[in-house]
Amino acid sequence: MNARITLAVAGRVLVQLRRDHRTLAMLLVLPCVLISLMWWMYDDANPLLFDRIGPALLAMFPVIVMFLVTSVTTLRERSSGTLERLLAMPMGKLDFLVGYAIAFGLVAAVQSVLAVAVSIGLLDLELAGPVWLLTVVAVVDAILGSALGLFVSAFAQTEFQAVQFMPAIVIPQLLLCGLLVPRDRLPDALNGLSDVLPLSYAVDAMQHLTTSTSTGQVWRDIAVVGAFAVAGLAFGAATLRRRTP
Amino acid sequence: MPDGVALRIIQRMMKNAVEVRDLHVVRGPHTVLEHLDVTIGGGVTGLLGPSGCGKSTLMRCLVGVQRIQGGTVEVFGLPAGSRPLRDRVGYVTQAVSVYKDLTVAENLHFFARVLGAGHDEVDRVVAAVDLGDHRDDVVGRLSGGQQSRASLAVALLDQPDLLVLDEPTVGLDPVLREDLWSLFHRLADAGVAVFVSSHVMDEAERCDRLLLMREGRILADGSPEQIKSAAGVDDVEAAFLALVRRAAA
Repeated sequence: MNARITLAVAGRVLVQLRRDHRTLAMLLVLPCVLISLMWWMYDDANPLLFDRIGPALLAMFPVIVMFLVTSVTTLRERSSGTLERLLAMPMGKLDFLVGYAIAFGLVAAVQSVLAVAVSIGLLDLELAGPVWLLTVVAVVDAILGSALGLFVSAFAQTEFQAVQFMPAIVIPQLLLCGLLVPRDRLPDALNGLSDVLPLSYAVDAMQHLTTSTSTGQVWRDIAVVGAFAVAGLAFGAATLRRRTP
Repeated sequence: MPDGVALRIIQRMMKNAVEVRDLHVVRGPHTVLEHLDVTIGGGVTGLLGPSGCGKSTLMRCLVGVQRIQGGTVEVFGLPAGSRPLRDRVGYVTQAVSVYKDLTVAENLHFFARVLGAGHDEVDRVVAAVDLGDHRDDVVGRLSGGQQSRASLAVALLDQPDLLVLDEPTVGLDPVLREDLWSLFHRLADAGVAVFVSSHVMDEAERCDRLLLMREGRILADGSPEQIKSAAGVDDVEAAFLALVRRAAA
């Protein structure tokens, strides 16, 4: 790995994002709008429910958004020939992947700060733990989303196919992460399944932060999500081939 | 004299920049290159042949991004694609492989950082491909010819010793094509081995040496004059046809 090249990739991805105003607006504003929508839905029916669902949403959005953005952009690099050109240059696979992870991690940090500010400032989400730790969880979630997106982009030939991986990889995690039914009330088999899905740990960490001031459990969850992200990046690196058929 | 510079001088004095031995490449059900032997030295070497004959595959082998089934490809005495070669070989794919949502200058600054080249390199290559007026334009809004020149500029960064250019003049107007061919010759005179593919036979005359390729094999290898006189005709296209007929007979 080479810091100069990694930072060059991260800087370039950020400049591309800055150019693309529509995507940037969607990345930053949409999560806030959707969380507000959820709050409004439950406002009359069951205001307490938002306190349970809000944190899960804060964990989910970075994963979903970064998964989509990363899988499509990496696929674009593969199909436009820029990836081939970079791999013919002195660029390591990890320079490429970590560069992307840094750029999207930064965007995710901004996205999370905004979403957290809206949730706590405007929507009265109760938070027992420290706000900064909530942001750390969100950034690790975003890196997880990026890592998963990088990984699946290897198995898609078109951007259309890449988008189809979202229902295959992300939605099962959304269903089982404790958002709809608390995980301990799921049937045993599904509970076991949710134990091996990274988003479950991300949501656990967020929910823990809203109810408790202790942080040990949160760090353990962050470590699990981080391990999944590292594994995703490693598998992603394995799918980036310098020599292709 | 620093070791790197001495090494470069020695390597430029060596006869061949590229040595391909018994190269065999299969892509899907097709054998693209069949036990190919070829060497590329200094000057401008043209690789001509119809589309689908294996030109791009051979070029991908030289930069080390093609999976090969047999044989060896050496560039400056090292296996193609090995780490010390990666900032010494400039490569332009057929597709415009730059970021269309960035400006010409932003693209070049990015690739210059990857190569570890100075930022004055950016000004040099922008001038070389004559994109000074479009430096700060987003690549996606440029014409096709300007886009392919932006892609070519990336390959010129950091003064490579071998340039591998896959159809760099497609879609360019005649004046611009003329300019680019002069550029290739200026680079070759400065010691760069330039390897250019084309499917347009009238570009053949501009090469110091020609390789005519068809169905994964080299049909002829020599200067345009040698090839024409060997075939007994006075243009390269006719020579190509005569050679194909002779091979079939």
